[in-house]
Amino acid sequence: MHEWALGEAIISTVSKIAKIRKLRKVEKVEIRVGELQQIEMDVFKYAISQLKGKKFEKTKFNIKTVKTKLKCKFCNYEWVFKRGKLKEKESEFIHFIPEIAHSYLKCPKCGSPDFEIVEGRGVWIESIKGKR
Amino acid sequence: MIDPRREIINENLKNIKNIIAISSGKGGVGKSVIASTLALLLAKNKKVGLLDLDFTSPSTHVILGVNNVFPEEKNGLIPPKIFNLEYMSIIFYSSNKVSPLRGKEISNALIELLAITKWNTLDLLLIDMPPGISDATLDIMRLVKKIKFIIVTTSSLLSFETVRKLIDLLKSQKMPIIGIIENMKNGKSFIEKRVKEKGISYLGWIPFDPELEKWIGKVEKLLNTSFAKKLGKISEKLI
Repeated sequence: MHEWALGEAIISTVSKIAKIRKLRKVEKVEIRVGELQQIEMDVFKYAISQLKGKKFEKTKFNIKTVKTKLKCKFCNYEWVFKRGKLKEKESEFIHFIPEIAHSYLKCPKCGSPDFEIVEGRGVWIESIKGKR
Repeated sequence: MIDPRREIINENLKNIKNIIAISSGKGGVGKSVIASTLALLLAKNKKVGLLDLDFTSPSTHVILGVNNVFPEEKNGLIPPKIFNLEYMSIIFYSSNKVSPLRGKEISNALIELLAITKWNTLDLLLIDMPPGISDATLDIMRLVKKIKFIIVTTSSLLSFETVRKLIDLLKSQKMPIIGIIENMKNGKSFIEKRVKEKGISYLGWIPFDPELEKWIGKVEKLLNTSFAKKLGKISEKLI
């Protein structure tokens, strides 16, 4: 349940930013999850619901998945990540550390492992809305 | 866009008394052997962890002969225990395949690993760093509040030239440097004098040990080498 650690990161960050922005009430947090990390959405949502505590009881945590765009540094080909032929173990390893994809994925056009994760890597916060 | 992972790194490290990066300006000076052996020596009577942050060329798993262990997943990743020390490396996830990573990806992998690894209460966490002063070094300086450095050099002018730059960087950023270990010393050397001129502690020297290579991966034998014995003397000064 490594989603729990990511949930902890979300709650700590929201807490810190609310303090910096002097938000009395945090109404909405937009969270994005890149497909590459293959987060177990139910587990992630459960972790956030358990970790948010009284402070964010009424905060709406919106979670959306984002497709992962990859771009080959060698031939410039761009493609969208699909689990495809990845073995279960390989998929699980990418789930823990998305950059490990460089050990298991190659550019579908030229076969290079030198690609860039342009978008949709892991978990990030898109926005935090609240009232002062 | 806000990266939430940075926020819990120091929370994950809060129960670790000392965090020491074993660094150098150059590769091939013995950082990984020193980090691994030091971790083994200190783990005899302290709670010690070893983290391999050399993502593209990890080697501590070879030195320790790591086999058949894997981190447990429990609200994050729990490092497995080997030879009485908690051990974490990217090698568990790369299946020993090549991991060709550029700077941004090294940074991201490093942040991810620090954000999801749940260490127990430790007296000391040793970090085996990649050589040089690029992403991993800059990230550790930026992200790990308690970080201190031990720098490894050989007696070579080429090695010390890069170490000098690392010292200058760390000093300019007010990063604590515990001291310098001179490794593979062979005859007379100028290192101690130059280190002291820079106001840095010279922790000691280790002679070149031709037997060491034979015992890579064989921990009990490794700890009986003259290399380990000399490092043991140096370790008494550390914590």
